[in-house]
Amino acid sequence: MSAPLLSVENLTVEYAVGGRSLFAVSDVSLHVDRGETLGLVGESGCGKSTLGRAVLQLRKPTGGKVLFDGTELTTLDAAAMRRMRKRLQLIFQDPIASLNPRRRIGDIIAEPLIIVGVTDKAKRDAKVREVMTAVGLDPDVAMDRLPHEFSGGQCQRICIARALILEPELVICDEPVSALDVSIRAQILNLLEEMKRRYGLTLLFIAHDLAVVKAVSDRIAVMYLGKLCEVGPTETVFARPAHPYTALLLEAIPVPDPTVRPMANIPIGEPPSPLAPPSGCRFRTRCPRADAQCAAQVPELRDTGGGRFAACHHPLTNA
Amino acid sequence: MSEPLLSIENVAVELPTPRGLLRAVDGVDLKVEAGRTLGVVGESGCGKTMLSRAILQLLPKRAALTGRVMLGGRDLARLPAEALRKLRGPELAVVFQDPMTSLNPVLTIGTQIVETLQVHLGLSSIAATKRGAELLAAVGIPAPEQRLRQYPHQLSGGMRQRVAIAIALSCEPKLLIADEPTTALDVTVQAQILDLLAREQQRRQMAMILITHDLGVVAGRTDEVAVMYAGRVVERAPTRQLFARMRMPYTEALLAAIPKLDTPPHTPLPAIAGRPPDPTRPLPGCSFAPRCRYADDACEAAKPPLADPEKAGGLYACWHPL
Repeated sequence: MSAPLLSVENLTVEYAVGGRSLFAVSDVSLHVDRGETLGLVGESGCGKSTLGRAVLQLRKPTGGKVLFDGTELTTLDAAAMRRMRKRLQLIFQDPIASLNPRRRIGDIIAEPLIIVGVTDKAKRDAKVREVMTAVGLDPDVAMDRLPHEFSGGQCQRICIARALILEPELVICDEPVSALDVSIRAQILNLLEEMKRRYGLTLLFIAHDLAVVKAVSDRIAVMYLGKLCEVGPTETVFARPAHPYTALLLEAIPVPDPTVRPMANIPIGEPPSPLAPPSGCRFRTRCPRADAQCAAQVPELRDTGGGRFAACHHPLTNA
Repeated sequence: MSEPLLSIENVAVELPTPRGLLRAVDGVDLKVEAGRTLGVVGESGCGKTMLSRAILQLLPKRAALTGRVMLGGRDLARLPAEALRKLRGPELAVVFQDPMTSLNPVLTIGTQIVETLQVHLGLSSIAATKRGAELLAAVGIPAPEQRLRQYPHQLSGGMRQRVAIAIALSCEPKLLIADEPTTALDVTVQAQILDLLAREQQRRQMAMILITHDLGVVAGRTDEVAVMYAGRVVERAPTRQLFARMRMPYTEALLAAIPKLDTPPHTPLPAIAGRPPDPTRPLPGCSFAPRCRYADDACEAAKPPLADPEKAGGLYACWHPL
């Protein structure tokens, strides 16, 4: 088996908040194999976006390693990291806000090429036309227009084109469809799958919607308050969640079928403040299975078989 | 059959824009009875929020409203401002999508609840504060007395939405309009807020309109669903009937486009091609025809009326129903 394209080891990201430290990501280890899509899910504030940014060194990790194709990114100097960046790209949640409103679409998509030093304008134009066509935009119509002339879904296509123009190996998608309507969301998810095949991409797909993540991911990692709860093959995690938090997330999804009664009693409560996380297992304050052991001891991510790992003292399955 | 609490009759909303007149709501008829929940579903720009603004009489100044909005026998569209103000609270209340912008950031939670209770119910300051704490407790906010002294930014999104719901319910409204109340929230919090709304709606026998883009949200929590597209209601039926047998291709396509939990990963989603029509350039035929796989010449020639030709209890606007 070949080495994973991305491997994150004991990654910690700390923010200083009013003299205290907030551990947005604490001691997270995961890997993404070449050609794989890893879905990273969790509620707002669980650290999933911070983790994505820390991989790209947009937020310097305070501890741990980020290995990309064997290179340690956390110790690279700025110039070396800039050269590395063309192999790693990012797609954001709000497609309209991530485009400069005063620049033409053709220039926006070509900008990465200018940054890496492609000076030949004809060459740049040809490449821009190629990626625009690939993402379903007509270059002849769209090239000279401004972002406000496009809908949210079209803007996300533009962002995807910009992310793909340097033919990156890893694309981090941070909630790429959360801001889009249901019908447009399906178009963009299908497009990401198609682009992944066409350009041989590896994806880290960050989202809070489990159904969306399931549609595109080979494996899933569930995060809660800066720590991983469960990692495993998508089908296994969805069919038999091991961590009670994963089970809660699954049950909370509204099912578009009136004969399925919504879960009667979602445990009241929200994630505690990350400034003062609970001792032991961070999920214990909301967990129906929590006991004294959960308060005393931090559960380690343990192999539960079949490529799945769970950080729980009382997992729901022991497959 | 009892008189409906709210009856919207042939309501249209037009807005002037630089591109021409925009018909945001185009001839909508709806009814809601006391103790019932109506779901209004549609994508951004379909007119569902403008419709709710028309009911609340909170339309932008330049918007022109035609038709009747009958609430308990009075036409809200023709009520003077002062009479309307008295209705808001005890008769009609709203919960908006974003609780950060619907709450005043420079006033404490307590001030905002107490103010409502004093103005509408004429309670004394002490009684209103006590009632405020009870209301916060009723919507599942722990330590309500302390929360009254806090500002909106000190609360999480879910807690803020609970506060907004407490304020909306404070005067025991007969009709509650919840406009995308959980869209800004996490999925576990969404489930809690929807449960809370359903519980209070049952307990108070309120009528409720739940506006959302998510068919999953309306499926388990409404009695009837109206699907909107391009300013019109294109299908309306009791919830179970609608999900058991969708007649309008748009409703079916909208449901199909949602990623399902029981579908294996990497299954292509049946997306709806294209996007909704330009609302300033109304089409002569069915607005969904350009995106519909069943569309033919008839669909492009004339708009199908919202009707129930088979007397099956569900209305749809389609020349070629499923």
